[in-house]
Amino acid sequence: MAADVDGVNGGSAGDQAPITARHPGESVRRWSNGSRVPGWDDAADLSKPPAGVPDAATTPVPADLRAEIEDYMARYPDHRSAAIPALRAAQERHGWCSPEAIDQVAAVMRLTPGYLVAVASFYDMLELQPVGRRSVYVCTNISCSLCGADELYARLEEELGEDPGVNLRHFECLGACDIAPMASVDGVYVGPIEPGEIAELAEQIRTGAAPLPAKQLLDRKSADPGAAPR
Amino acid sequence: MTGAILFADIDEPGLATLDVYRRRGGYGPRLLKALQMPREALVEELKASGLRGRGGAGFSMGTKASFMPKGQIDKYLVCNADESEPGTFKDRELMQKSPHMLLEGMIIAAYAAGANRSFIYIRGEYAQQAVIVERAIAEAKAAGLIGERILGTDFSLELWLHRGAGAYICGEETGLLDSLEGKRGNPRLKPPFPANQGLYQGPTLINHVETLATIPHIVEMGAQEYAAIGVQNSTGTKLVSISGHVRRPGNYEIELGTPARELIYGLAGGPGEGRTVKLWFPGGSSSPVLTGDDLDVSYDFDSLAKAGTMLGSGAIIVADDTTSVVDVALKTAQFYKHESCGKCTPCREGTNWTVKMLERVKSGEATPMDLDIMASVCENIIGHCLCVLGDAMAMPVGSMIKKFRGEFEAYIEQARAANPWGSGHAPVEALEAQGALA
Ligand SMILES: Cc1cc2nc3c(=O)[nH]c(=O)nc-3n(C[C@H](O)[C@H](O)[C@H](O)COP(=O)(O)O)c2cc1C
Ligand code: FES
Repeated sequence: MAADVDGVNGGSAGDQAPITARHPGESVRRWSNGSRVPGWDDAADLSKPPAGVPDAATTPVPADLRAEIEDYMARYPDHRSAAIPALRAAQERHGWCSPEAIDQVAAVMRLTPGYLVAVASFYDMLELQPVGRRSVYVCTNISCSLCGADELYARLEEELGEDPGVNLRHFECLGACDIAPMASVDGVYVGPIEPGEIAELAEQIRTGAAPLPAKQLLDRKSADPGAAPR
Repeated sequence: MTGAILFADIDEPGLATLDVYRRRGGYGPRLLKALQMPREALVEELKASGLRGRGGAGFSMGTKASFMPKGQIDKYLVCNADESEPGTFKDRELMQKSPHMLLEGMIIAAYAAGANRSFIYIRGEYAQQAVIVERAIAEAKAAGLIGERILGTDFSLELWLHRGAGAYICGEETGLLDSLEGKRGNPRLKPPFPANQGLYQGPTLINHVETLATIPHIVEMGAQEYAAIGVQNSTGTKLVSISGHVRRPGNYEIELGTPARELIYGLAGGPGEGRTVKLWFPGGSSSPVLTGDDLDVSYDFDSLAKAGTMLGSGAIIVADDTTSVVDVALKTAQFYKHESCGKCTPCREGTNWTVKMLERVKSGEATPMDLDIMASVCENIIGHCLCVLGDAMAMPVGSMIKKFRGEFEAYIEQARAANPWGSGHAPVEALEAQGALA
């Protein structure tokens, strides 16, 4: 989010130089220009006009994406409300909110790319850097970390290594503290994850198989004794 | 306690479908009864039930509905299904297992507010739940329960599900409105309150999932009977999410006014063998913590307020005596730092510096004076921002420093003894090796 200056989530355009450590042994992640905040120290190129609404004639948009975005736009009195659903739809097809994805949304919604990047940079689930296709969110908030989430994350990171197909992230409370420690694999909630299941889970993530089928949240019964079927 | 209301049939197979929900009494005579009541009478009924908002602030639902202006203008109902308060997971279970209960509540609430357009703002992480709610909406639309002239009355309602994309602040009602308008989710200055100028500048009623899902039951039981459940000023039942160091974490429907000990030990089984409760958050991570000595407090809005904390979202997080309070404080502060939208300086800077100081505590670079500075930072956040996100960090972290100051001081001493250089200062040998002293 906006106040996060680690340069991990809050990217601006997609074509930033990669993150590097400037000083050996320094724990702070920096962009190649030495800044901790993407885009801050780059001077604006005033010789270029700001990008306007892309020309529909020269911006090809896949028909299904256009149809989906137009369907969203029709739901709201003000079509701008469709920005987040539209960005998500584009991200699903492109893997991230790439400049091309942003241009396509902008062309359909008649908005500037700058507006859409500003919106996308606010939300944790919209990616402004290329990331692995499989998103794995490990909750490391209070309840989960009381139940061993930090160890889970470290082990999962170790098992998955530098797999470029996986977007492994720490995440804030995912609303499933009853199955702590837990993870969301492409939106599928699983937990509680025992240490002995981590290698299996990593393998399922790598191969694209269903994560821990016996531990999926959707199949879980309520804990409340008053909730038993009559 | 009296029987369950919201959770009565929750594990009934297929409850998420229209057929089973109808068989269980859903969309039955109570819906027609509500839609045939004069609007004012319905609002009065909601007021008389004593139903207080379940989303955090605990404001009377009926009173909020009565603030909606009369007249022929575009009015909106928004259901807050952003559920991102750490520790809270009850709306998830409710929407996943009984989505029609929420929809029925929204139809009645929209009628009471005179709104013809409505939205459910669900957090983006709830992808599986979004699919289920979406399916329920489609079923309800096909059955004529949402749309033009519902049940032959002249009330019409449009309803859409809107998925967020991962931002805690979009649970705050005005941040939610901005996000729903397709912007960054920054909170707005209040007043004007949403009932006057909300979504697209139109009058808007915003309520939480559980608040809305309770409404059909109030109509069915009648306000008097509903108000008889619970205690004075905290009527009805409440879903509580209990998690952390307990043996049976989960959602439980309780009668307001039940002693906390019964919830933590009776329902959730308490901490593991030989462990005791060290501290607990009574209403999500934003509520000031209580300790193991406070377990006899009655779990209702007013008693918790009197105990210096709040019922909040109804999420109880329990930490046992193996837990370091410094770790809990740091996790809490890191969350709010990450989620601060950055619009107001006290919140943006205050959460950031609190994290830095807690990291100094951990690395052995802090002195007890840092605790005083932290306490004063917390004081300077509270009440000084557009929304209470900063307060939501300052209150629990402040309460931890106050109640566990001895432990913080001991931690500082130990960390300093263990790491005299601190993390930021490498020993001279290391600097020499880097050539930094050449
Ligand atoms: C920082 C912050 C986060 C909030 N998050 C949520 C949330 O996730 N879900 C929710 O229903 N209310 C949340 N609220 C409370 C809402 O602003 C609002 O009071 C509530 O949705 C009103 O509904 P109710 O009257 O039915 O409780 C939050 C408030 C603040 C200040
Ligand atoms: S703390 Fe992990 S899901 Fe809530």
